[in-house]
Amino acid sequence: MTPEELDQIAETEREQQSHFTQRVNVCVAAGCLSCQSQSVKDALDKEVAQRSTKDHCQVKGVGCMGLCSEGPLVSTSNGVLYKKVEAGDGAAIIDSLEGSPVSRLVCPTDVPFFQRQQKIVLENSGVIDPDRIEDYIAANGYTALIKALTEMTSHEVVDEVTKSGLRGRGGAGYPTGLKWSTVSKSVGTQKYVICNADEGDPGAFMDRSVLESDPHRVLEGMLIAGYAVGATEAYIYVRAEYPLAIKRLRNAIRQAERVGLLGSEICGTRFSFKIDLRLGAGAFVCGEETALIASVEGKRGTPRPRPPYPAMEGLFGQPTLINNVETFANIVPIIRNGGEWYSKIGTEKSKGTKVFALAGRVENTGLVEVPMGISLREMVYEIGGGIPDGRKFKAVQTGGPSGGCLPTECLDMPVDYESLAKAGSIMGSGGMIVMDENSCMVDVAKYFMDFCMTESCGKCIPCRVGTYQMHRILTAIGNMTATEQDLKLLEELCDLLKHTSLCGLGQSAPNPVVSTLKSFAEEYRAHIQDRKCPAGVCGQPVGETV
Amino acid sequence: MRQVPTVKTLKINGRDLSGRQEETILDVARQNGIFVPRLCEMDGLTDVGACRLCLVEIKGQNKLLPACVTAVEEGMEVTTDSERLQNYRRMILELLFTERNHVCSVCVSNGHCEMQNLAQRLGITHVHFPYRYPKEDVDASHERFVIDHNRCILCTRCVRVCDEIEGAHTWDVMGRGIEAKVITDLNEPWGSSETCTTCGKCVHVCPTGALFEKGRSVAEMMKRRQFLPYLTLMRKENE
Repeated sequence: MTPEELDQIAETEREQQSHFTQRVNVCVAAGCLSCQSQSVKDALDKEVAQRSTKDHCQVKGVGCMGLCSEGPLVSTSNGVLYKKVEAGDGAAIIDSLEGSPVSRLVCPTDVPFFQRQQKIVLENSGVIDPDRIEDYIAANGYTALIKALTEMTSHEVVDEVTKSGLRGRGGAGYPTGLKWSTVSKSVGTQKYVICNADEGDPGAFMDRSVLESDPHRVLEGMLIAGYAVGATEAYIYVRAEYPLAIKRLRNAIRQAERVGLLGSEICGTRFSFKIDLRLGAGAFVCGEETALIASVEGKRGTPRPRPPYPAMEGLFGQPTLINNVETFANIVPIIRNGGEWYSKIGTEKSKGTKVFALAGRVENTGLVEVPMGISLREMVYEIGGGIPDGRKFKAVQTGGPSGGCLPTECLDMPVDYESLAKAGSIMGSGGMIVMDENSCMVDVAKYFMDFCMTESCGKCIPCRVGTYQMHRILTAIGNMTATEQDLKLLEELCDLLKHTSLCGLGQSAPNPVVSTLKSFAEEYRAHIQDRKCPAGVCGQPVGETV
Repeated sequence: MRQVPTVKTLKINGRDLSGRQEETILDVARQNGIFVPRLCEMDGLTDVGACRLCLVEIKGQNKLLPACVTAVEEGMEVTTDSERLQNYRRMILELLFTERNHVCSVCVSNGHCEMQNLAQRLGITHVHFPYRYPKEDVDASHERFVIDHNRCILCTRCVRVCDEIEGAHTWDVMGRGIEAKVITDLNEPWGSSETCTTCGKCVHVCPTGALFEKGRSVAEMMKRRQFLPYLTLMRKENE
């Protein structure tokens, strides 16, 4: 593959696409697929095939369009978005391409949910066909790789990433440029790149969506990373619960190998790179980098103490760069447009955009990409469309089981790494769950503690037994049988786990409890002293959970 | 050219000490008679940093670090016995006592148990978390040894000694979190294990009465560990 050949593919593809004057894009990512978008696409295909317009009307399966709660979503070339489409609507939609929109299905796009978003990571989602590399190449795909390989030294690539101010999107927010330069300076006989796609937070589906909607974007980011740090082998550690993402990744790797964008001597340079998949077996702790490495090596997925950090001694004892899916997906635009361009987006310390999986008690749930620094209020009331049925906002939970619950007082806080940490939560990988007055915060804390308890690997004592004891106390509080003494024990355990656990899972496991104890102490008191649950959730046989 | 070992000087509990750069804080503390509690670490086996009892404070670091895996550094100022650390250690040990059924009075290792000794040394007179009282198995299918899961603290010394010293890798861990347990082969009865060489090393590195020889009654199981430093020394000389 030479740059000219890449141009040729892009030209041919654009030429072919220009024949189509009418286009219908159907979302075939997991969210819409689960509400039968495949049958919608089949119906549309069938409908078009019967018509005279079939040579200039294209029906395409595309990635996620964001508003997952209204799926299956269909967009057309005359700029209309349809929601909750059924197979029977096929004819009406094709008719509308030459007439007025099907009003009963129209989903308005001039609302904040769409208008307030800024798509960088998701720019191709809902636009290109994730199963075709030609479509990705026609959308300027792999040009950033060619640029890095032919116009930049590996050092310059690292510099560009450093300049962008990009921070790890997996949760901790470690500066990506710094990580890259550490790995590039480490010495080893073989270096590795690992993409962490073991997205395990309950309610988070950003990485899955990126992998399902734009797999080549992640591959390209990994290739650039490999070139920058001097690695020749890479693994994508993806959880087995994402069969569609795995299928599309496998397909994407095969396609990239076929056209020579993966393999030896890429683009006629001396850079060779291969990418393999490793499937996780459903352990949350394997998202922790040392546990992930152990799992890739074929061992039991348990973390080990750091240092040594994976950047020095990682996979098979060699320097290893581990980044999250979304981090890799940010690399392409940074190389294409320059680090300076990227650093203008976001806040002073948190650059760029962040994809959030907005869920819970809001009108619009789904996937949104917003610039860093947007306020929680905007997220909940504008993008999320507010709380349904006029109920009162209570809290927003970020960062999954490692994060915390932010109360009303935090609504005007900007969403960036520092502000969230200061308020007792974390950015995490991007899960955002909104809760209203019908949610009980003790129940929320119990839910997450249950998660941490069952997902603890069992290696270190504070996490293994501590999460069990905390869960026991929270259950007792929920059952209205706890005492003041229990509450004191709970606080002691929070402190113990935070400071003595071996890895991030145990250290952050108390966060949901600590943050709810801080902001919603009166709810705990009501359960313990008055033996009642203000939200009416606890102590009922069929309780509603988050 | 002769390799010159690099020596670092550091302070532990205010005392000026020195250690080679590959040595850990625990190594140096032990050489100088400074007591640091630990249950998973054992000289001669790789360190896993799992029991969290050897956590120490290091000046200028807000994180507590496990002494068994933290290498000494020039100018380090280490505290091993602050009030806060003692408190955490007591709590961790208490959690261990609540996890399974550690009933010293009927245990084969009573009086020779590392966990019991440590609890006495740390001044634990009672446990202020509720006990779990789980139902755990006892596997006595092996001709010479018994594993009593009621007493197991998951230090994984047996797993490591079997893998690293004996080379059999009969032991491993299965399950997650509070459900985790050590197993022989693929969770088969120890007696029908095809990999076990009946060497007994696992029994003697076990800190509690979880692994013991058949025929031992209460307080009769003494562990003999002289073999481990001897074997590691011989292997080093052979290299």
